[in-house]
Amino acid sequence: MSILFKKSGILTTVQDLGRSKYRRFGINPNGAMDTTAARLINIFLGNDENEAVLEMHFPAPQIVFETNAVIAIGGGEISPMLDDRPIQNWQSYLAKKGSVLNFTGKNFGNRSYLAIKGGFKVSEWLGSSSTNLAAKIGGLEGRKLEAGDRMHLKTKIKQQLAEIHTRISSSLIPRYSPFPTVRVIAGAEFEYLSKKSQGLLLNQDFTISKDSNRMGFRLAGEPITLAKPQEMISAAVNFGTIQLLPDGQLIVLMADQQTAGGYPRIAHVVTHDLPLLAQLGTNDKVAFHQVSIQDAEDLTLQFERELNFLKVGCRFQSNS
Amino acid sequence: MSNEKVRIFPLGDSALTVEFGKTVSASLNKKAIALSEHFEHHPFPGFIECVPAYSSTTVFYDLVTVRRGFPDFTSAFDAVEKLVIDAVQNIDITQVDATRTVEIPVYFDKGSALDLEYVAERSGMSPTDVIDLFTAATYRVFMLGFLPGFTYMGEVDERIAVPRKESPRLAVPKGSVGIAGRQTGIYSLDSPGGWQIIGRTDVEMFTPDAEMPTYLRPGDLVRFVAIK
Repeated sequence: MSILFKKSGILTTVQDLGRSKYRRFGINPNGAMDTTAARLINIFLGNDENEAVLEMHFPAPQIVFETNAVIAIGGGEISPMLDDRPIQNWQSYLAKKGSVLNFTGKNFGNRSYLAIKGGFKVSEWLGSSSTNLAAKIGGLEGRKLEAGDRMHLKTKIKQQLAEIHTRISSSLIPRYSPFPTVRVIAGAEFEYLSKKSQGLLLNQDFTISKDSNRMGFRLAGEPITLAKPQEMISAAVNFGTIQLLPDGQLIVLMADQQTAGGYPRIAHVVTHDLPLLAQLGTNDKVAFHQVSIQDAEDLTLQFERELNFLKVGCRFQSNS
Repeated sequence: MSNEKVRIFPLGDSALTVEFGKTVSASLNKKAIALSEHFEHHPFPGFIECVPAYSSTTVFYDLVTVRRGFPDFTSAFDAVEKLVIDAVQNIDITQVDATRTVEIPVYFDKGSALDLEYVAERSGMSPTDVIDLFTAATYRVFMLGFLPGFTYMGEVDERIAVPRKESPRLAVPKGSVGIAGRQTGIYSLDSPGGWQIIGRTDVEMFTPDAEMPTYLRPGDLVRFVAIK
């Protein structure tokens, strides 16, 4: 009851929705960069939304199924092929014992997720299966996957199980783009930016620079400055916090962000739009649009209401 | 407790920060820890966790649960802000969980204390004097961050408060004790880092499999003891 990695891919890690409750000990949450993709494919397969998934980048792994499994892929589109058959994101497929899953080309996005019905057998650390690469713990031995690794599955799939030819409703799938406009709310130090810099934050296109990773995305653009220097003292930061660096450039903190930071927090990407950002790669662009905190919350509330329909529907299907 | 000068702002749509001030002081830090402990002991619907820092506490919450639990408020932020304001007025910093004093044995030999000579030179004193000044003080753990189990402690005697290195080391060994201005800290893992390394301890700051994975907690008092 396992899958075998014939090729590892450049950065394949085990992630769930992150490890909370230990930030005050310096233990950062980690977790999937695109949590919406991970949740959608888990829910679609009848799993708990927090079930561990594989986060893959391109070049992606080559996976051999050593047992029957029902799978779903979501997030970035990297042309998955199950044996000789092209398969689609956001749908479920039966991978028979002996089949091989390949990813043959980057179509859009930078992080693709693989979920398995019933889930992977992964030991949890502090309540989460997410990989902490810096502390070398969580997920599969705290590291990215390597060729020759095996991951075991929790449940056995019956041979006669038929594929369900439905697709996750497109209204739930994030509107991925290589140049998205993502919504932000003002951060604590936004008001200390010069008027010109406030305009620059909200009216220019930023380019994702090459030194971007799971910890944070560095954004290149016309430099932004504070009206006058601020006395800063280290405090907690969040997934989506946009910090102003001393050279006038910005960094958006992502899933592997440290728990605290001491740079001005000029804005925060709203939860609902984080997946749009999470799918960007080097040289992609992003623009920011400011909304109120209430609008930011309403976006999430509305999404969660729609997601609930999927949850109820998939639970019904799983039980029938 | 007076809530003058307390500033509350959103840290995104899933957290808010309560800033008690903008200076490094034990009294502000005690407020931050007391507020954090208040919510850890008395969580509200949707509460996830609190993160006390030098002079602030950040409250993380699940906005959907907060909105459902507090339908009278127009936003989860408003609801949590109200809870925070009430809590800040009622918390008592004398009621924080008992403070522990922890002794940490440190090697100050050349192989461990990579920057001791530099710190001594910049401070215009001998390495022995630096060690004496460093070990004479009791340090407060203001917060953890940077790495699992990495402590931000203070305050280092001004005479040896050397700023961090201009270009960070690519690999600081686990257990290294560093100085960055008036802060001191212990590297809990092998890591890149820019602090001036003046010693090393064998005490494990981060033990992932333990129920309490970090050796130190916010609010602890620490004394460094030279290993002879």
